[in-house]
Amino acid sequence: MSIDLAHTPATAARAAEPLLDIRHLAVRYRTNDGHIDAVRDVSLTIGRGEKVAIVGESGSGKSTTAHAIVHLLPNAAETHADSILFDGIDLATASRAQLRRVRGARIGLVPQDPIVSLNPVKKIGAQVAETLIVHGLADRKSAAYRAVDALEKAGLPEPELRAQQYPHELSGGMRQRVLIAIAIIASPELIIADEPTSALDVTVQRQILDHIDLLAAETGTSVLLITHDLGVAADRADRIVVMNQGEIVEQGTPAEVLGSPTHAYTRALIAAAPSLNAAGQVERVLEVLDPDVAARVFGGRAGEPFVARSRLPGAADATLAPAVLSARNLVKDFALPRASGGGTQRAVDDVSFDIPRGQTFALVGESGSGKSTTARLVLRLAEATSGTIELDGRDITRASGAELRGLRRRIQLVHQNPYASLNPRLTVEQIVADPLVAFGLGSRADRRRRAAELVDVVALPRTALGRRASELSGGQRQRVAIARALALNPDLLVLDEPVSALDVSIQAQILGLLSSLQSSLGLSYLFISHDLAVVRQIAHRVGVMRLGELVETGDVEQVFSASAHPYTRALLDAIPGAHASGAPVIGR
Amino acid sequence: MTETAALVAERPPRSDEDETFASTASDRFADASRNRANPSRSARGGLRRLRRIATRHPGALLAALWIALILLSAFAPALFSGQDPLDGVPADKMQPPSAAHWFGTDQVGRDLFTRVVHGSALTLQAAVIAVAIGLVVGSLLGLLAGFIGSWVDDVIMRIADVLLAIPSLLLSLALITALGFGTINVAIAVGLSSVAAVARIMRSEVIRVRSGVFVEAAFASGNRWSRVLFRHVLPNSIGPVLVLAALEFGTAILAVSALSFLGYGAQPPAPEWGSLVSTGRDFMATAWWLTALPGAVIALTVLSANRLSRALDNEGRRSR
Repeated sequence: MSIDLAHTPATAARAAEPLLDIRHLAVRYRTNDGHIDAVRDVSLTIGRGEKVAIVGESGSGKSTTAHAIVHLLPNAAETHADSILFDGIDLATASRAQLRRVRGARIGLVPQDPIVSLNPVKKIGAQVAETLIVHGLADRKSAAYRAVDALEKAGLPEPELRAQQYPHELSGGMRQRVLIAIAIIASPELIIADEPTSALDVTVQRQILDHIDLLAAETGTSVLLITHDLGVAADRADRIVVMNQGEIVEQGTPAEVLGSPTHAYTRALIAAAPSLNAAGQVERVLEVLDPDVAARVFGGRAGEPFVARSRLPGAADATLAPAVLSARNLVKDFALPRASGGGTQRAVDDVSFDIPRGQTFALVGESGSGKSTTARLVLRLAEATSGTIELDGRDITRASGAELRGLRRRIQLVHQNPYASLNPRLTVEQIVADPLVAFGLGSRADRRRRAAELVDVVALPRTALGRRASELSGGQRQRVAIARALALNPDLLVLDEPVSALDVSIQAQILGLLSSLQSSLGLSYLFISHDLAVVRQIAHRVGVMRLGELVETGDVEQVFSASAHPYTRALLDAIPGAHASGAPVIGR
Repeated sequence: MTETAALVAERPPRSDEDETFASTASDRFADASRNRANPSRSARGGLRRLRRIATRHPGALLAALWIALILLSAFAPALFSGQDPLDGVPADKMQPPSAAHWFGTDQVGRDLFTRVVHGSALTLQAAVIAVAIGLVVGSLLGLLAGFIGSWVDDVIMRIADVLLAIPSLLLSLALITALGFGTINVAIAVGLSSVAAVARIMRSEVIRVRSGVFVEAAFASGNRWSRVLFRHVLPNSIGPVLVLAALEFGTAILAVSALSFLGYGAQPPAPEWGSLVSTGRDFMATAWWLTALPGAVIALTVLSANRLSRALDNEGRRSR
């Protein structure tokens, strides 16, 4: 890419001053429940050619800060700033026309969600070329050529073909590259990337971030990277800015921030980030249940919580097989829609594994690897095309009717998205007691009592019982989902990405809860995840899936330290922060 | 096929756009902002909600008052008028509206206001029965069609298509010829003609809700499909149907009045809004009030029902 001569710093003095200088930015949102100070008094500079990462959890104000720079906030936002100086222009007081000249041409924005950020009825090439045309930087014909160039620079294979396609024909990773192409085509001096890869698989994330790095290095472009992932920030930025509750709590080089964090929030964030910590080093509140509570709440038989059993939960039973569930040669074919030519697609291909009793077996893989489908087969929410599933030595592959419903007493499920997995019309008490009502267990008073006990076990306040799910936060909702799954005293919990929709600090709490439940109650887990760092913390055995096949199975330490399969190693390499935790100095 | 496999449609493996960290970003942001919002103003309550509707939509408040008045007149007509709807004073016949006779008098000297007040009972009774029939039958059919899918869906929806293809008044007329005359039969006919519309709305809502994760969670918890349907799917899909019911109430009043006007409903001398307009028609040139005033009452009631339905719809959207 040729550097636009007009934009190169003319004098040394100009080069010394920062490209972007935000002084005392504050943003307030008006909502129905009053107002929220999303950003309070943020001052930030970005030098020329510098890569700055803003890290923070949801609601910390990081995205709001980024969008305030280019005035792309919703109408409900009030912005106050002493100045937002971008190369001498004060964006805080700039007119619409001035802003238009800056947006796209001199500041490129890569939005968060590649799925909804492209116009579905326009061809890719036209959307990329649009920036050049609206800024009068090229005529229609040369803009089309440069769009293909930009797509190639953004790392899209076959850019000529892609330019002629529509967004729905491209995968998520490809669409993210298109958004990058749109951001870079006018050779801006600053690229604002708002969570550019959080919707993508780790291997794709790595390629895309590598590419942004490469482009920035080639052209001397400054980058403002917004991310929730401290590991990504540590790998990619020259300077990390940590935000919490609308304020900057700490900033410095990655080595400074990660090596000697001064603020308590930063330390908590680092402690919670799975990618920055090797196995077992994550500080988790691992409160083992009081044996009395465990005996009282989980003293009943499996599937019959109100009937006492002689054996205490968690106590080993030598008469049982070592595997609670074994799957043998599972195959699942999906029929493709007739419109796309019919035929079948093999989602799960000859998968065999054992779930050890009282331990966690994790299935890891990227999207489309068939790990969720495997979980659904085990739960019998989907029918296996062939293969067998045995629970405690009993074949349940073709169980139906009453037998299948009986299975639900033994195997329960926790979904990925706690915002969608709870019935919005019911109270927490009704949700937790729902499996008990479904099987007609206990009296109304018994069920109420059990719901209250379970809510206690998952460390929610009693007052939550009467509230609806919509009044709780994501982490609290996931606790409710876990309480519901425990209601019937199951032996096996299937955890389908139970923490991937949550912020890291909440993730750490939920993982802590799951491990303490396991150690107190002897539960077995089938843990589905795309995040190897999380798996390393919680799993005993790991299976790595790729394109429907189980490419590797083994003990967690063996898979992580001496993996036999190249795909597993590629996945491990792509974990962000892996470089940071080993080497203290990150530089270019 | 097993119970769950038969009911939960098999989906191909999800692609990466489903439920990732990014797709729930707005939910987490809402959590964070709720945590930090000024808590003093976040008190909730039905009364507060009502007050907000009243101040923001004064039209809806007026509409609600009018409907309340009409309902009251149906149950206790004596509160509004002390006169007899059937006994006329021949000396006072064909008087225009005045302080003594608000709506004037008819050709045999009966007070028209009294007849309208007493007539509301018959009209409303028919409208309520009609809406109830349309709501219950339509919801049930829509629920089954949307939840079971496959051939059940096809059969129910093709029948609904046929019903929708016939103008509803024509359909009601055809049904009345089969059932016979009378207010109740009119109500049944009008109700059945709205079944198709209700079933369609219900089906589309059920299809939306059925694919929700919490429905799968309900199956995985061990619920029988009937319980999933009535405990988890129905309450989450009934909202738009209730809004439609309010709308149908207005339409039903219009349809019942129209059929009575044509002479299929209440027989004279029993007062009924449609038949009042119909008998007044003979004196249109000399006594405008005999048609205009009962007609205006019908129009106002239908408009009020529409306005109320819109307010309900807006509220439903806010809380969804």
